[in-house]
Amino acid sequence: MARLYDIRVMTVLGSLLCLILGLAFPWSKTPIIVGLCFGIATLGVAAMVRAGQVSFGHAMYACIAGYTVAFLARAWPQLDGLLLILAGVGASLLAGAIVGVFVVRYRGIFFGMLNLAISMVLFSVIGKFYTLTGGTDGLRINRPTLLGFEFERAGFETVLLIGTLAAAIGLGFLVQRYFQSASGEALAGIKTNETRLEYLGLSARRVLWNGYFFSAGLVGLSGALFAMVQGLVTPDMGSWLRSGEFVFIAILGGSGHAIGAFLGAAVFELVKLFAAAYMTGVWQLLLGVTLIFVILVAPEGIIGLLMKKSALATRRGG
Amino acid sequence: MGVLIRTERLSLNFGGVIAADNIDFSLEEGERLAVIGQNGAGKTTFINICTGFLKPTGGRVWFDGKDVTGMEPRHIVRLGLGRSFQLPQLFLDHTVRQCLEISAAARSGKLSFLLPLARSVDAREIDHTLELVGLRDRSHELASSLPEGQRKLLDVAMALMLNPKLLIMDEPTSGVASEDKHDLMATLMRALDERKVTSWFVEHDVDIVSRYATRVAAWIAGKVAADGPPAEVLASEAVRREILGTA
Repeated sequence: MARLYDIRVMTVLGSLLCLILGLAFPWSKTPIIVGLCFGIATLGVAAMVRAGQVSFGHAMYACIAGYTVAFLARAWPQLDGLLLILAGVGASLLAGAIVGVFVVRYRGIFFGMLNLAISMVLFSVIGKFYTLTGGTDGLRINRPTLLGFEFERAGFETVLLIGTLAAAIGLGFLVQRYFQSASGEALAGIKTNETRLEYLGLSARRVLWNGYFFSAGLVGLSGALFAMVQGLVTPDMGSWLRSGEFVFIAILGGSGHAIGAFLGAAVFELVKLFAAAYMTGVWQLLLGVTLIFVILVAPEGIIGLLMKKSALATRRGG
Repeated sequence: MGVLIRTERLSLNFGGVIAADNIDFSLEEGERLAVIGQNGAGKTTFINICTGFLKPTGGRVWFDGKDVTGMEPRHIVRLGLGRSFQLPQLFLDHTVRQCLEISAAARSGKLSFLLPLARSVDAREIDHTLELVGLRDRSHELASSLPEGQRKLLDVAMALMLNPKLLIMDEPTSGVASEDKHDLMATLMRALDERKVTSWFVEHDVDIVSRYATRVAAWIAGKVAADGPPAEVLASEAVRREILGTA
């Protein structure tokens, strides 16, 4: 187990870095917010990974939340940004609750593919209903007020950066608490032994549904924030490629601790930025090589590697 | 002393194979039942039907006065039935202690979402159970690192944490070195006596059966061929010929 101290130091340093970079280089605000959004979404996907389940469709919840924000903002332009975000999360939770009832009956490849299939149906529907959804062009969202204040673009991004960072820290903390709670440990028990869960009087489906519900909300929040910072929603938000990226980050960062999602997202965003600047055209190759490297060197992800190092140091009396 | 579990004309066919053949059976509170029989005689199948894992093709099962025929295992477990398995069913990625903590947390039926697992259960109770089954020293090791004998003990301990009225153990000593079998059974029986749990175990070792059981039931071809005090059942003609191979 990584010492709490290390996690706290990492959280404080990471947060400061986000704030300082964002304020010193205004262009970096958007990629930082996007990175944090990926981290929040990956928290949800990591919960599924802990249960031994990999979903290739979770981006649909980001899409549902994003389009909810867009529809509401276009219908009632006076609605506050915070309300829009809450509505987006609410919509994704509702969708997660309903879809969850069906998908928690399946495991492994069936769970992954069923999620993928549902997300692709949504993706196609949004793409086809041009008059309602703007098709593949998506929908623009005019900048809403935030907590009643109107902001210029720079100010809006700064407030979103601070808000997203606060949400990331708060949710990271809560999700870690969940992982270590009775519910969270039972969720991890789905990976190793459902028979035993059943013979402890627990419903494995119920335990997984709880995790699925939370994960839909987390991915939904990331989608709502993403829609706000981009000022645009497109069906791509819910494509299987995006779902795959969440899984990629979850594996890269590791699901041993909630902070893994953010470490993974940071590396993912850095690799993407670096590749966009110096290796345009082959950035997927760079990501692929990174993933292969992580799987070979640290199968439990970055946080798994850190936790192992820390455990060794503790054993040596460090 | 009331009847804890009772079956009436319980039967199950797998295609042409009759795994349970109209079994009328009952177990009273306070008994220690040993079930003997050759492989394939239907001992585990009978347990699987009684605990809801398999649905019978005919007949009924009552547990603690309630008709539990066809119910899901988790609902029967919640009525007070604990079970350990021939192949231990553990949470292999969790530590020994965590396995027991999850059991203790499951007992209440409501799992907390934010309270850490270790704080949602009574640590002394976990310590006591670890002590009882001799796993205190290994409490922080992963369940997957335990040798077979200790896995069996942990499997039983997880069922015991539920404070069941009846504990069914499927071959608790199989896969355990013969010199360790008596220690293991002595440990288990001590734990069961302390909690006044009625028990039912499947066992092949005649020494263990005659030493620890108050009653023996012999299964032959999906039927209870003999049922009664150990000395009587073990001496009966059919049991000696079909199961023990000594006649």
